[in-house]
Amino acid sequence: MGYDLSMRLWRGDRSGGELADYVVAVEEGEVVLDAIHRVQATQAGDLAVRWNCKAGKCGSCSAEINGRPRLLCMTRLSDFEPEETITVTPMRTFPVIRDLVTDVSYNYEKAKEVPAFAPTPPDKDGNRRMMQADVERGQEFRKCIECFLCQDTCHVIRDHDDNKSSFAGPRFFLRYAELDMHPLDTNDRRKLAQGAAGLGMCNITKCCTEVCPEHIKITDNAIIPMKERVVDRRYDPVVWLGSKILRREQRNET
Amino acid sequence: MTDTSPGSPTSGHGFETHAYDVVVIGAGGAGLRAAVAAHDAGARVAIVCKSLLGKAHTVMAEGGIAAAMGNVYPDDNWQVHFRDTMRGGKMLNNWRMAQLHAQEAPKRVLELEEWGALFDRTTDGLISQRDFGGHRYARLAHVGDRTGLEMIRTLQQRVVELGIDVYMECTVTDLLRDGDQVSGAFAYWRESGRFLVFQTPTVVLATGGIGKSYQVTSNSWEYTGDGHALALRTGASLINMEFVQFHPTGMVWPPSVRGILVTESVCGDGGVLRNSEGKRFMFDNIPEFFRAETADNEEEADRWYDDKRNNRRPPELLPRDEVARAINSEIKAGRGSPHGGVFLDIASRRDAAFIRRRLPSMYHQFKELADVDITAEPMEVGPTCHYVMGGVEVDADTGASTVEGLYAAGEVAGGMHGSNRLGGNSLSDLLVFGRRAGLNAAYYAGRMGSARPAVSDQAVKAAAEHALAPFTDEGGENPYTIQKDLQDLMQRLVGIIRKKEELEESLTELQSLNRRAENLTVEGHRQYNPGWHLALDLPNMLRVSECIARAALVREESRGGHTRDDFPKPSEEWGTLNLVLTESGGEISIKEQPLPVMPGELRQLFEEK
Ligand SMILES: Cc1cc2nc3c(=O)[nH]c(=O)nc-3n(C[C@H](O)[C@H](O)[C@H](O)COP(=O)(O)OP(=O)(O)OC[C@H]3O[C@@H](n4cnc5c(N)ncnc54)[C@H](O)[C@@H]3O)c2cc1C
Ligand code: SF4
Ligand code: SF4
Ligand code: FES
Repeated sequence: MGYDLSMRLWRGDRSGGELADYVVAVEEGEVVLDAIHRVQATQAGDLAVRWNCKAGKCGSCSAEINGRPRLLCMTRLSDFEPEETITVTPMRTFPVIRDLVTDVSYNYEKAKEVPAFAPTPPDKDGNRRMMQADVERGQEFRKCIECFLCQDTCHVIRDHDDNKSSFAGPRFFLRYAELDMHPLDTNDRRKLAQGAAGLGMCNITKCCTEVCPEHIKITDNAIIPMKERVVDRRYDPVVWLGSKILRREQRNET
Repeated sequence: MTDTSPGSPTSGHGFETHAYDVVVIGAGGAGLRAAVAAHDAGARVAIVCKSLLGKAHTVMAEGGIAAAMGNVYPDDNWQVHFRDTMRGGKMLNNWRMAQLHAQEAPKRVLELEEWGALFDRTTDGLISQRDFGGHRYARLAHVGDRTGLEMIRTLQQRVVELGIDVYMECTVTDLLRDGDQVSGAFAYWRESGRFLVFQTPTVVLATGGIGKSYQVTSNSWEYTGDGHALALRTGASLINMEFVQFHPTGMVWPPSVRGILVTESVCGDGGVLRNSEGKRFMFDNIPEFFRAETADNEEEADRWYDDKRNNRRPPELLPRDEVARAINSEIKAGRGSPHGGVFLDIASRRDAAFIRRRLPSMYHQFKELADVDITAEPMEVGPTCHYVMGGVEVDADTGASTVEGLYAAGEVAGGMHGSNRLGGNSLSDLLVFGRRAGLNAAYYAGRMGSARPAVSDQAVKAAAEHALAPFTDEGGENPYTIQKDLQDLMQRLVGIIRKKEELEESLTELQSLNRRAENLTVEGHRQYNPGWHLALDLPNMLRVSECIARAALVREESRGGHTRDDFPKPSEEWGTLNLVLTESGGEISIKEQPLPVMPGELRQLFEEK
């Protein structure tokens, strides 16, 4: 049943800030975002928090709850004891805009650096044929809701702003891997992933996988295979070409 | 550019200015597709959106994109899709839009694949298609139950690839005009509160819907009807506003998630609705209009999943308005579930692995938000405000509104879905008409050459003052309180079932809310201030709500997403009329307008069985 929840919310902006205490009435079944909204509606109308769907689908409401990167809308109050104080702070890896909202433009800049998808031409009837088994890997990666919690948690950039220019981060390793494993893509992105995107700086700590709300196996299924492919085929364009051609022929047989 | 210190709310009127050929407001499926089309046609394009890129409502769409590709049922073609769409909309659709939509959707889906989308496949490698309510054949291209995410990510990546300018977390509060033409848009950055002016001869509205005016809704905070209200204020007309879709299956428990959508794919994949007595009550709720194509017994309904040619569809897959009304009356009759819904059961009908594979987000959603394992127990569901059929009146082929230079596409546009939208027909609508609006806006700007309409300083100044008003008034109302009162009012008096007295009462209450909203006060300063943002959205919500209530009062019949307790049947007379709303001098007026007449060769499709 309902109770009074103690919360500490970080209030401030680029120039600094501090944790502010609130006590707010909450109900059974609520999530942290509900409590924050109630604070906003009744005690602090200007409290900044980013959210959209409130259903774990858009990846807007990322923040750190008791120090752990999580989605505010998918963290239930029942995960905590009623007498426990819940502390919410903005994602640490990105510059604060205001209160719980951070400037995530780093990620949008990194997205621009990924070379686009470049498919083979369609079959004669205008369709492109792909087998379910061949698209499933890519589909796992495309579940990504761009919450950037994996980026937030990755130690390569978490407290090292200077690494940001040379490191795309787990979210984008996922994207490189997705395109590389796409049955119809004709680009080779391995060199780029290793060089400009900074795949080599990742030392497979798996922290990114742990925080992913979509439960994508970022390290095992994307980063490690990408690292292997980079090593295997870095100097052998023929092998790479062969794999693409083979796939295309397989398609034509079906 | 003058500097405005964001720290002090009312200082100066400094703003940045940008010039474009086409400004698209909205970065959902419709806006992104429009921008790509306008760019491809050679225009300089900007996209402006209230949230971050990739977070628009489209991201939440689950079930799929309706397109008669015929990959699963070769008998499917655009004529069948057209017919389903018109029948689903109870023949009130703009026939030309429904036709273009059915004809062009398959091409638009293949385009997404060309840009990197990974749809689920059939066994021979084609795009797989799933069953949905009101569609004769399995025709929804999908990716599990996260099709909207796939669509938005694909289009977003395309926009990035093409280098189109995106202004994100940037809200448009006014459209500017030069005489009768659009000449620009006025906006503020959410982050800093600073103002921007776009100089542009064309604006494409792709702002989505209005659901946030209701208490129980599947829609997000963005759905405040901005585009609808902007269009009205700029002199354009709205049609079909009385038609609001309540999706039959929203979550009902716990209260914090009330309204969140449970995709119709649950029924398409074998789920059934039961009341507290365990009865599949939809069999008692098959309307005459759909009797010929709906199974009237459980055995036939169950056979349909495997053999669609020789069996009729289960009644759970009737169009949404029918199912929502039936659920509503079960609950009212006291045969509901413990938390005021009915039961949606797939657990007893499909094995756990199948459910987890076909409905991964639903599995996840119930597990994490409600502690319910949908592979083991039934869900509790009830109607939730989901979609507005009404919107800006547009020309079917071009998306042009009645104001020169103003276009609309997607949920903010009206006509395509008539009185009720079929599931899956929105995502395809976004692609088909987003593209058309983008192209035609670009052509229009091109034809205009360098003779551009002007943005007047005065208009800009007025827009800035209007936007800052909530900071200057002291001792006024809290916008959150008024929003809550509005949601309560709409839910209570302008909900699924309506009647004259309640609608009249709603208009009186709206009037008093309008008065209260004239005097809003917000705390703090202009930097990322949600209270201020809401204060600016609120007048739009109020305006759109008034349009819905007024049109609902005038239409004395029941049809699709408009049910009148006092006029429970569709009327032939109303079946040929649209209600058109316009605004002048702050007042809304409403008039009847005959529907465009369908040509004979299309009408024939409804005479065959
Ligand atoms: C949970 C859910 C599931 C759904 N499932 C399906 C489905 O399976 N199939 C289907 O066909 N349909 C589905 N729908 C419906 C469909 O998703 C929507 O109708 C559709 O996505 C609307 O797209 P849009 O491009 O018109 O607008 P949106 O995607 O809502 O985008 C609106 C954009 O406008 C911007 N905007 C609004 N106002 C302003 C302003 N003042 N200034 C600047 N920007 C502004 C917003 O920021 C946003 O970017 C579903 C809807 C919901 C809620
Ligand atoms: S596995 Fe690599 S990318 Fe992931 S958190 Fe560790 S270092 Fe960062
Ligand atoms: S990979 Fe997971 S954690 Fe990273 S952005 Fe995507 S959804 Fe979020
Ligand atoms: S609000 Fe969309 S993920 Fe939390």
